[in-house]
Amino acid sequence: MLEIGLAHYLTVAAIIFTLGVFGIFLNRKNVIIIMMSIELILLAVNINFVAFSHFLNDLTGQVFAMFVLTVAAAEAAIGLAILVVFFRNRGTIEVEEINQMKG
Amino acid sequence: MELPNFSLALPEIFIALSAMALLVLGAFRKQEATQGIAILAIITMVVAALLVPAAGGNRAETFGGMFVVDGFAVFSKLLVLVASSLCLVMSINWLVKEKLERFEYPVLVLLATLGMLMMISANNLISLYLGLELQSLALYVLAAYQRDSGRATEAGLKYFVLGSLASGMLLYGSSLIYGFAGTTGFDDLAKVLAHGGIPVGVIVGLVFVMAGLAFKISAVPFHMWTPDVYEGAPTPITAFFAVAPKIAAFSLLVRVMVGPFGELTAQWQQVVIFVSVASMLAGSFGAIAQNNIKRLMAYSSIGHVGYGLIGLAVGDQVGIRGLLIYLAIYLFMNVGTFAIILAMRQKGRLMEGIDDLAGMSKTHPMMAAAMAIFMFSMAGVPPMAGFWGKFYVFMAAVDKGFIALAIIGVLTSVVSAYYYLRIIKVMYFDEPKEALDRGVSGSLSFIMGVNALLILVFTFVPSPLVSSAGAAAASLFGG
Repeated sequence: MLEIGLAHYLTVAAIIFTLGVFGIFLNRKNVIIIMMSIELILLAVNINFVAFSHFLNDLTGQVFAMFVLTVAAAEAAIGLAILVVFFRNRGTIEVEEINQMKG
Repeated sequence: MELPNFSLALPEIFIALSAMALLVLGAFRKQEATQGIAILAIITMVVAALLVPAAGGNRAETFGGMFVVDGFAVFSKLLVLVASSLCLVMSINWLVKEKLERFEYPVLVLLATLGMLMMISANNLISLYLGLELQSLALYVLAAYQRDSGRATEAGLKYFVLGSLASGMLLYGSSLIYGFAGTTGFDDLAKVLAHGGIPVGVIVGLVFVMAGLAFKISAVPFHMWTPDVYEGAPTPITAFFAVAPKIAAFSLLVRVMVGPFGELTAQWQQVVIFVSVASMLAGSFGAIAQNNIKRLMAYSSIGHVGYGLIGLAVGDQVGIRGLLIYLAIYLFMNVGTFAIILAMRQKGRLMEGIDDLAGMSKTHPMMAAAMAIFMFSMAGVPPMAGFWGKFYVFMAAVDKGFIALAIIGVLTSVVSAYYYLRIIKVMYFDEPKEALDRGVSGSLSFIMGVNALLILVFTFVPSPLVSSAGAAAASLFGG
């Protein structure tokens, strides 16, 4: 029977983190998917924190994870609000259409 | 259980309470109270600036070691408060003219400032993250403040997406540092890393944290958002973005690098040198082709970040002193320049093109003179203040043997002189197509005058700033 250790949790978190980062850069379709990718990144971080906290026998990581959850909620609210005003102005949320300024 | 020592965090507590009180006041009095609330917010920042030196000059910690106050924090906090209050003074007139009077604006600026002060005093990865997010969340909203404008909302959206990505990277790095070092407190981290080997996980985490912070100071390779956000965001908010968050993020970067990761200097030094060189190059070459003055200021600020980072790359007390002097001068040059950009109106409309400055020397001789002072200073033409800022940073680099870094810095500032001097040429020698409106508002002329005066004062009497920056840097190294 395979014992699930710290390395497994870290691998899962690393994979989710990478998925999130690639989701932001490779996605050419929809801003909502970018928001979901941001949430994935934050969740990967939380897995890391809780796993480390458990294996270090130290509560700090879990406290940190609670703060991350709280801030993530506020961040999602603000992100969606900005997305709504953007949609009102432009009538679309396609990533390709966010190009009024060239950068 | 013993209560924490609240008096050290008095400026922050005061700003937090005032921000909430002003929010309630605004909710009851509706939009007509905007100007009053803005003035109250400015008074709040002035009071907080008076409280900051009272909170302590000697190093002291509170809230279980989460919050630290020392000479470095006092110096940086004063810079941030000056920057925020000057930007708010500039905004009042703009809010009235653009008919955007909403009471949330000054409250958001106050909350962002509060976040910056917390970043500067952070002494733990948790308080670092919370301060940074308090600042960033308020700034995302401010970028999209002009909600009927397609460009402003696009700027807000871009800033939000890339800012959240940066926060995510910073957090991932924090989690690795926590996991491999076993603690999040800066003092404990320094102790852990000083004894025994340095785990690879901590180094990987440090790189992620640096990437997150490099985004916040808009250093290359995390600078892509800067031109777009600076161009799209409303001008007074661009002015705010260009100074206050940069000073705060720079202080945070310095505290993290020389504090807990002082043992890893050899590792992070290479990264900082690379980022510094890349920022100087991108800043000086990127700005050449720009026609929009806000976009030009964005590239210019990327370049200035590169010069400031030389001070951090040197990594000793002299280098940090150079960085602090540079930040102080950068603050006054930038706020003054943005005040002039805010005064560029034709028939009541704000203009942003560099060509629109043409003929300013005839219609607005004082304003053109002030702009010339700022541009000469930014270009680093001796004996202007900007030259001394670069001088102290480059000298620190040469003393430590980073001669190549100093040479690249000098060469890129020669390149950047091209576009600063171009602005002066347009103002003094080009014929205007259409003259700018006369009658610049009192608050804007006040800010231009004060900043130009401060730049001139520093040009001839540099010692007060140099000695206070020196004391601030010394406090960071336990001197």
